[in-house]
Amino acid sequence: MSPTPSVARIMTQVLVALSPGIAAHFWLFGPGILFSLVLCASFGLLFEALILKARHYPLRPFLGDGTTLVTAALLALALPTLLPWWLYAVGMLFATVVGKHLYGGLGQNTFNPAMLGFAVLIVSFPAQINVWPAPAALASYSLSLRDAYDMIFAGARLHIDAYSAATPLDSLRVHLRSGQEATSLIGAQLIPDLQARDLVALSYLLGGLYLLARRIITWHIPVAFLGGIALTSGVLYLLDPAYQAGPFFHLIVGGTLLGAFFIATDPVSAANTPVGKLLYAGLAGLITVMIRSFGSFPDGVAFAILLMNSAAPLIDAYTQPKVFGHRRRHLPGDKP
Amino acid sequence: MTALFKFPGGVHPPDHKAESNTTPIRDLPLLPRYVVPLSQHLGKPAEPCVSVGERVLGGQMIGAPKPGVSAAIHAPTSGRVSAIEARPIAHPSGLNAPCIVIDSDGEDACITTPPPAHEDRETQLTRLRNMGLAGLGGAVFPTHIKLAPGSDEHWPLLILNGAECEPWITCDDRLMREHADAILDGAHLIQNLIGAAQILVGVEDNKPEAIAALRSAANTASQSNISICPVPTLYPMGGGKQLTYALTGRTTPSGGRTTDVGVQVFNVGTAYALQHAIRHGEPLTRRIVTVTGAVKNPGNYAVRIGTPISALIAAAGGRTPNAYGTLIGGPMMGFDLASDEAPVSKMVNCILVKDNQNFPPPAPALPCIRCGACARACPVSLQPFEMHWYARAHDFGKAQSFKLFDCIECGCCDHVCPSHIPLVSFFRYAKSEIWAREQEKDAADRARVRHEFRSFRLEREKMEKAAKHAAAAKPKTEVATAPAAVPDADPEAARKKAILAAAMARAAEARKEITPKNTEGLPEDKVREISEIESRRASLLQSVHDSIVKEEEEESSPAQKESP
Repeated sequence: MSPTPSVARIMTQVLVALSPGIAAHFWLFGPGILFSLVLCASFGLLFEALILKARHYPLRPFLGDGTTLVTAALLALALPTLLPWWLYAVGMLFATVVGKHLYGGLGQNTFNPAMLGFAVLIVSFPAQINVWPAPAALASYSLSLRDAYDMIFAGARLHIDAYSAATPLDSLRVHLRSGQEATSLIGAQLIPDLQARDLVALSYLLGGLYLLARRIITWHIPVAFLGGIALTSGVLYLLDPAYQAGPFFHLIVGGTLLGAFFIATDPVSAANTPVGKLLYAGLAGLITVMIRSFGSFPDGVAFAILLMNSAAPLIDAYTQPKVFGHRRRHLPGDKP
Repeated sequence: MTALFKFPGGVHPPDHKAESNTTPIRDLPLLPRYVVPLSQHLGKPAEPCVSVGERVLGGQMIGAPKPGVSAAIHAPTSGRVSAIEARPIAHPSGLNAPCIVIDSDGEDACITTPPPAHEDRETQLTRLRNMGLAGLGGAVFPTHIKLAPGSDEHWPLLILNGAECEPWITCDDRLMREHADAILDGAHLIQNLIGAAQILVGVEDNKPEAIAALRSAANTASQSNISICPVPTLYPMGGGKQLTYALTGRTTPSGGRTTDVGVQVFNVGTAYALQHAIRHGEPLTRRIVTVTGAVKNPGNYAVRIGTPISALIAAAGGRTPNAYGTLIGGPMMGFDLASDEAPVSKMVNCILVKDNQNFPPPAPALPCIRCGACARACPVSLQPFEMHWYARAHDFGKAQSFKLFDCIECGCCDHVCPSHIPLVSFFRYAKSEIWAREQEKDAADRARVRHEFRSFRLEREKMEKAAKHAAAAKPKTEVATAPAAVPDADPEAARKKAILAAAMARAAEARKEITPKNTEGLPEDKVREISEIESRRASLLQSVHDSIVKEEEEESSPAQKESP
């Protein structure tokens, strides 16, 4: 007999599924992720408690449901580590208070809270958010907990230049703008740490497969999202192989796999019908590649998912499954 | 062996069959008093045909069926009618309902009506109606009606429903194990009555003993047109439309019945009772009831209709110390019993005593996170979370557009909901609100028709008066032309009449559009509620029409007097 399903159980399993990704992140970028996780979780719970109190909601069931922790983990993984502490606070403030509770709280939010927090940060503080610790540099100098602490809380910026670097998507953009060809960049390993990032991608994939096995998510959204990315980037690559990075690159880098399995699948903000999920996630994949290739932001996962979040109710309305005993599916405007 | 089809959704709740299916069906000792409710079936309650103080014999009809959808009730034993009054019955409302109370004399003398050697179909159907046969799977629809196909109907397939998918309940299981021969004989009797070519017996594969018993009975009967079909254990396999789909792949249209796809479905218990009624002339005065859960000796009992549930629980060894409540039916679709003094009626297939271990108090409901688990579990492919969303917001029209009335209230969504939302309760609430609003709308429609007619009548009177004055003002010599003025006024009146007719047609059309569909498979009380509303509506509409016609006649007659 399986235990009674509960929101807390689902969220616990999502956190378990995130743990390989967190471990890989730790291995690649150093101990900063521990700080950002703890900071995001603490600020998240604090803001959640305050807003619950303000809205006269009981604290225990809502703090205990684990949703805030999942939001915190997703934001921490989406953001670079070693940011000043108050940036995490701002991110979680927007995620929980604006993204979730101003829309009505658990289950009512139109947008994925973590992505909303992330979008606010990347739009408001692009200089900080685009600086990631450099995995290669960390390989030669192991960043201690003490270093991380100084950078996050004491504003130490001493080492930051030495230990930070552009992300693959960033450097691709920079190099392409300077006239180099994508194929040569990837082939010559001018883009840093692509192999190391495979591991992070694989660990998200592992967690995603766990979620699929536990039936927390269905296959529709990850498959359609990854398919949308592969298809769009594949077509772009065929059209312009010199200046496009190709599907494999797009599937590995940035937030692709985290988005496919953990963010786009957020049931509250995603489409919910089987056909709707395919449409929603496929289009999110398309928009992701479009933003990466033609937009001004390095990664497009967050904006693509937020955009499709706003389209999800419309998609649902037009993709209702055929009810048993009915000849066809119900469309808006049909008689009840 | 037929191929099987998988209906959408479904859940696997822990089945808890082993608690009660290991012991044979036991008899209950004769009790000093029985309480027989007048309404134990869908449709109209029976009409008492005995009076207080009268002596009755076991099997004697004490409540006669009313015309239409109704069935008879019978005395469970011999004794004296001590009261005909409202008593607690096993019903979700917990309200009292009229019952006939019989104090038994301890002799248990029974009427024996040996069945005639040969009788035609019509007499047989009437006899079944007078024997009080009703579906024993839970819906208690009067059986004789389901045995009479309409002149344009053809039911080539008979399905016996032995799925018994609801957890804890094992009364059909034990019955199939112990009386497979009688069940199959009953199936053949039904087959002859409805003219079916083939019989399929659907049994969930968690009942291998029952399947084996039925198979051996089918072999000895050496009938070629009957197949025993094990079906996967998947709740709600026992739903008539679900079982039909699983066995035949035929989808019953929304709002229709399985007979629309040529299939008639009977519960195995009903087939057994029908066999007894036809072969032995025994009316339906007892049924098998599972008593399980937090009782000392769970098991199945052959219980006389009218036995107080408290006596049945006592016969099963009484409640265990930590028991706290009683369900009628199973955990998925059953309801809480308000009073243990309520009697066993034809619809009571299981008495499930709750305790904290198996029925912990429900966790507080959290907001819906739209995880879609309910939609994946729904056997009708509904989107319960959307319906819940709109039902909660009192947007019932929108809830209905998500096919609220296709919901069979099986409880799969409740079972899987991680937020512990009582979804089915929301849907029942939304349905009853829609019915109530429909009534209001109907009343408003009637008022509008009356108002439109009144305006038309006043207008007509005014015109007639004007015409009269005009006629009077003209010289007497032109009196010959006066009758010609009347045909002149007629086209105008005809136009008004057409306007009125159009308005009434519009109102009728609007009513038709909002009439909820698919009321089959609803719980008994809801169907009764609907039929009451429908009958009230019909009579009210009729009275409006009558009054309008009468007014017309009254008005036209003085006019005729004046015209010459």
